[in-house]
Amino acid sequence: MIVLGIETSCDETGLAVYDSDRGLLAHTLHSQIKLHAEYGGVVPELASRDHVRYLLPLAEQALQQAGVSKHELDGIAYTAGPGLIGALMVGASTGRALAMTLGIPAIAVHHMEGHLLAPMLEDAAPDFPFIALLVSGGHTLLAEVQGIGQYQILGESLDDAAGEAFDKTAKMLDLGYPGGPILAKLAEQGRSGQYKFPRPMVDRPGLDFSFSGLKTFTLNTWQDAKQAGSDDEQTRADIALAFEEAVVDTLMIKCRRALRETGIKTLVIAGGVGANLRLRGALQAMVEKENSALFYPRIEFCTDNGAMIAHVGCLRLQAGQQEDLQINTRARWPIDELEKI
Amino acid sequence: MTKLKLLALDTATEACSAALYIDGEIYQDFQLAPREHTRLILRQAEGLLNKAGITVQQLDALAFGRGPGSFTGVRIATGVVQGMAFGADIPVVPVSTLASIAQAVYEDHQAQHVLSAIDARMGGVYWGQYQLNAEGLMQLVGDEAVLSPADVAMPASFDWCGAGSGWQAHGKILQQRLASVTRIYPDYYPQSKTIARLAVAGFKNGEAVDAAQAIPVYLRNDVAQKSADRK
Ligand SMILES: Nc1ncnc2c1ncn2[C@@H]1O[C@H](COP(=O)(O)OP(=O)(O)OP(=O)(O)O)[C@@H](O)[C@H]1O
Repeated sequence: MIVLGIETSCDETGLAVYDSDRGLLAHTLHSQIKLHAEYGGVVPELASRDHVRYLLPLAEQALQQAGVSKHELDGIAYTAGPGLIGALMVGASTGRALAMTLGIPAIAVHHMEGHLLAPMLEDAAPDFPFIALLVSGGHTLLAEVQGIGQYQILGESLDDAAGEAFDKTAKMLDLGYPGGPILAKLAEQGRSGQYKFPRPMVDRPGLDFSFSGLKTFTLNTWQDAKQAGSDDEQTRADIALAFEEAVVDTLMIKCRRALRETGIKTLVIAGGVGANLRLRGALQAMVEKENSALFYPRIEFCTDNGAMIAHVGCLRLQAGQQEDLQINTRARWPIDELEKI
Repeated sequence: MTKLKLLALDTATEACSAALYIDGEIYQDFQLAPREHTRLILRQAEGLLNKAGITVQQLDALAFGRGPGSFTGVRIATGVVQGMAFGADIPVVPVSTLASIAQAVYEDHQAQHVLSAIDARMGGVYWGQYQLNAEGLMQLVGDEAVLSPADVAMPASFDWCGAGSGWQAHGKILQQRLASVTRIYPDYYPQSKTIARLAVAGFKNGEAVDAAQAIPVYLRNDVAQKSADRK
């Protein structure tokens, strides 16, 4: 079964062609980072306008790279949510109408399920069951995954998502946009041990997270440094590192707790923050001690992309699911409401 | 009568409609259905095609209300039309929603000069002046614009009528400024029937574009402030 996947939930237009027999055949992406950088954050209306311009050219390119004619497609998968409603609408309306015209089924895909199962796009794919740590710009959650559509949420962020905390902290440190990767880069120059940052909620039972306190702690530290007249590059890098270490440590501790509490031996990371190398390193070291295994998608499939949508769409279409003749979007869509297949 | 098959769609305002033009005949499914567009528009299109016993592939072209209107609304029809046109390898004729209103008022009331207005929210109005040409089609005079109703200018002479939701939302100010406009049809919305009629002429004039070029005209483009300008 060959499926075209369409992702337009936020600020990337992603298209991909996935074949149930041969795997991923092609994927194309247009990132709007430059567009939104001037505004210091994603402007939903501008994001939607850009999706309209890029979707079809990227679809054509993906099909061409895959060597597949649109008439050979067996289904269309589009991100229906969660995300920015106007942006979602572009992919949903185009994708649903394309499926109708080609006379093939369409499937509305959950964006976070796309992220969650993205490690399965790799040659070394994890087997069920696994613990998934999903850390992106809008989400932070730990889930026990027994199978496709069987997601039991073990813990969530009570305030900021991990990526959001990275982005906001970067802004406070007067770094550019998007903050996460820039802060991580700066942290490479940092000296460990210069500052002592808290590890929020690790001394409490449970698997929930909280990052907003850490964000404030960073701000205060930076302001104190400024007041003391020591707000040089090195100090900024030291603070960036202290923040990053605190986030990574917190995530690692909760993942370890989840593995121990469930007895599951496989850990998967997905989502934009999964691109963070310090996080990958810390989790790798931890799973080795726990006699467990770590899986993650290639860096480019950590952030939003069409491949993960085509992949999930294909799995669900193969299981016989499909959409009615209407354009489905859901800005909010709890992941544990998904149907199991 | 033009021998042509064309499907027109519009979701730019509170109205949601599809119309099928087949060799001079027009069949329309029009509904006033705020917030129902995503549920309705594909079914409306499919219903008309099924009744006529044809497929998207058998059409010569598609047409859509390319705006102005609600941003997300305009993009629903745009997305649907892009998807259909790409899937069936047929071209698209973009048609102004303001022109669609003017054309409808001409067809229903023989008005030859129409000041078309759609409520643009935030105290603004989408505005265009339309006048009848020799082929019985309403044609734009000057440019379409988004402006404050207090800034609209009275066009030269003639017997102008007003039409569209802009005259509901801003009727008072508009009538103050344009006292000589006495015939007003505020409950007119863009509709696929007149979009189809205008698109058939546009198609003959070579105004059809490829699927990927079928993009909205928003008129309002100052949708966000750059960080540098904020301070
Ligand atoms: N190397 C990195 N270190 C830390 N954070 C990173 C890194 N690379 C990306 N991020 C963060 O990942 C986030 C983007 O990830 P992604 O595209 O998956 O999320 P999103 O689309 O913003 O949100 P969601 O997927 O939840 O809707 C941003 O917050 C970004 O700062």
